[in-house]
Amino acid sequence: MAIFASLSEKLSSSIKKISGKASLSEKNIQDTLREVRIALLEADVALPVVKNFLSDVKDRALGTEVSSSLDPGQQFLKIVRNELELLMGEKNESLDLKDSPPSIIMMAGLQGAGKTTSAAKLAKYLKIEKRKNIMMVSTDIYRPAAIEQLRILSEEVDVDFFQSRASQKPKDILNAAIAAAKKQFIDVLIIDTAGRLHIDNEMMSELKDLTAVANPAELLFVIDAMIGQDAVNTAKVFNDSLPLSGVILTKVDGDTRGGAALSVRQITGKPIKFLGVGEKTDALEPFYPDRLASRILGMGDMLSLIEEVERKVDKVKADKLASKVVKGKRFDLDDLRDQLQQMKNMGGMSSMLEKLPGAASMAHLAQNSQVNNQFDKMQYILDSMTPHERKFPDVLNGSRKRRITTGSGTSIQDLNRLIKQHKQMSKMMKKMKGKGMQNMMRNMSGMMNQGGNLLGKGFPKF
Amino acid sequence: MKFFSRKNNTEKSANDLAQEKGSISSRLRNALKRTRSGLEDIFAGKREINAEFLEDLESSLIMADIGAQMTDEIIQSLTQSLNRNELKDIDSVKQALRTFLISSLKANASESNISNTEKPHVIFVVGVNGVGKTTTIGKLANNFKKEGKRILLAAGDTYRAAAVEQLQIWGNRIDVPVVAQQTGADSASVIYDAIESARAKDIDVVIADTAGRLHNKDNLMEELVKIKRVASKLSDNAPHEVLLVLDAATGQNALSQMSEFHKAVDVTGLVLTKLDGTAKGGILISLAKQFPVDIKYIGVGEGIDDLKMFEAELFVDALIDF
Repeated sequence: MAIFASLSEKLSSSIKKISGKASLSEKNIQDTLREVRIALLEADVALPVVKNFLSDVKDRALGTEVSSSLDPGQQFLKIVRNELELLMGEKNESLDLKDSPPSIIMMAGLQGAGKTTSAAKLAKYLKIEKRKNIMMVSTDIYRPAAIEQLRILSEEVDVDFFQSRASQKPKDILNAAIAAAKKQFIDVLIIDTAGRLHIDNEMMSELKDLTAVANPAELLFVIDAMIGQDAVNTAKVFNDSLPLSGVILTKVDGDTRGGAALSVRQITGKPIKFLGVGEKTDALEPFYPDRLASRILGMGDMLSLIEEVERKVDKVKADKLASKVVKGKRFDLDDLRDQLQQMKNMGGMSSMLEKLPGAASMAHLAQNSQVNNQFDKMQYILDSMTPHERKFPDVLNGSRKRRITTGSGTSIQDLNRLIKQHKQMSKMMKKMKGKGMQNMMRNMSGMMNQGGNLLGKGFPKF
Repeated sequence: MKFFSRKNNTEKSANDLAQEKGSISSRLRNALKRTRSGLEDIFAGKREINAEFLEDLESSLIMADIGAQMTDEIIQSLTQSLNRNELKDIDSVKQALRTFLISSLKANASESNISNTEKPHVIFVVGVNGVGKTTTIGKLANNFKKEGKRILLAAGDTYRAAAVEQLQIWGNRIDVPVVAQQTGADSASVIYDAIESARAKDIDVVIADTAGRLHNKDNLMEELVKIKRVASKLSDNAPHEVLLVLDAATGQNALSQMSEFHKAVDVTGLVLTKLDGTAKGGILISLAKQFPVDIKYIGVGEGIDDLKMFEAELFVDALIDF
């Protein structure tokens, strides 16, 4: 989920340059502004949006706030951050579904933006997270097999599907589907529409008609995160012609810098409600704009990480470990094994690193390098030990080590490294006074640094 | 500026083209017409060449997705010529820009259609999700068919729901056989079967669809490498072409797409789709500069005849509106 990572990197490096200067002057802002401008443009933020943004930042930077007690670096960072937050909106906006069912959700967008896939993901999300009774229908009579695609996906996510045919008129399909949804006491009817160019007047007016018939609770504009400067034209026309209620940004799992998020938000004024982060039907995430602003500025997506840790870490085991540490008990290899397992549950090292400040580039490294393999290896070694050996690592002698490495297909060196790391970790554990999350993270960083030094540099402390 | 030496050549071929392909080019120009905006206004009227003009020009180039860095290079190069008094008025700036853009693309414009004599000629169509691979295949097959070639399609996108059906509908529409297995089948084996069957049936061209994949997903790119390896078992030269399909609306990420797909399967040609929208596809300029790849086709509409050979002059003229 490499969202906006490169944009964050760029911006944090250009802002770093300003840190440590005595005061914000026209001159030193100018240089940084220029760099921020290039960073934003390279990230495909639309030029008019970039211009607006920079002029706001400049106005505020040169205004009254300069004289506050913060140092210039912090000062500028705060201003850029505030402006970014203003631009992105402040909180996650969820779907606003009507009380009287069926609530209608309609998808609109260009060809290939990912409307059909997003419809299926949304259906699954609402079915599982909100316990809604869903029906889907396709009004895409144009693209070959578009209706069939939605039918297959409906089956996959196990929701009702209203069968339409390419020979029907979209409006007729819609009316019939709404009637069927009412009859079957459906909570939410999701309508997929054909992809269309914003300058295709005929198709745009078809969409207007469909919107008038459906009166959707949510009309979601689906847009590809990899879109370039044309985001301005597209988003503007769709927004001007249709009562959009929100945006789904798709293909965010690519390596795009994600400037489209800024552009679309600024141009439509509508909230980005979801991100599409993969091809599977559960790869849909609610979008948190305030977190994104922090992330772009290199503060990382700590909130997301903490939430994810909370969700996926086995609470009981984590508490057990924490209490062990607090009581000053030994941290044995069983505990290490549990921790490795928990980390795996969170999607491995690279997925965690992405969310940490300044670590986005390392995440890429971790993905490509052998870090995850290394953790796998550790796991194999630990699995090949007897419970007694894990509890009392001191009993490991030459013969036991040979047995373990043969059994796990690793080398004595691997085993020795693991034991050394474990020792260092237990030392660290003793120093900790049960600060929970922070400490857990820090000791992971300890593991990383000693894990063959693959990542070179240290881990940011926070 | 080096490109001045090529000016005469370029202009001559532009004239030839205009005469030879009058109707096609005007149709194409119509389709591309919406692509312009910004740049034509810059050159309209008799503006003074000053900092403000250059800034406007810079903005327009950026808005055309030419990219911040490439734009910088162009503006600097123009500024130098202006300082040396080589360019005197708006028209000469426009001309210099046109020549520069055309010459950047010219080396990459593909002249021939199929140069290979081996049968069947195997074409892989690859790209990220939603760029228009399957639609491009339908149009491409239609073009080949009109040339009298015998075509066979391979439904290599075995992942996306109804992708196989989508290609089969295209096959029916233009009356071309489609080799397919069910969704979830091994893509490499579908394509292998298709090539084998094409050999038996004396088919000229096999066009293989592949599943859309994001270029940063190592495992999916690895799958593509495998598909290529399997195809080459039937003929050392297969696939003879690997076409990367790019959406004209894509921004700077197109460079990354090109680079990753090229690394994996040696892209031989580009197809730029959806040029009938307002997207300008300016990213081609940077792409052409960085990668030695043919720019083969452009997609200018949803109709079956809306896939055209790429022509640098027409493309650039649509971009800056001559």
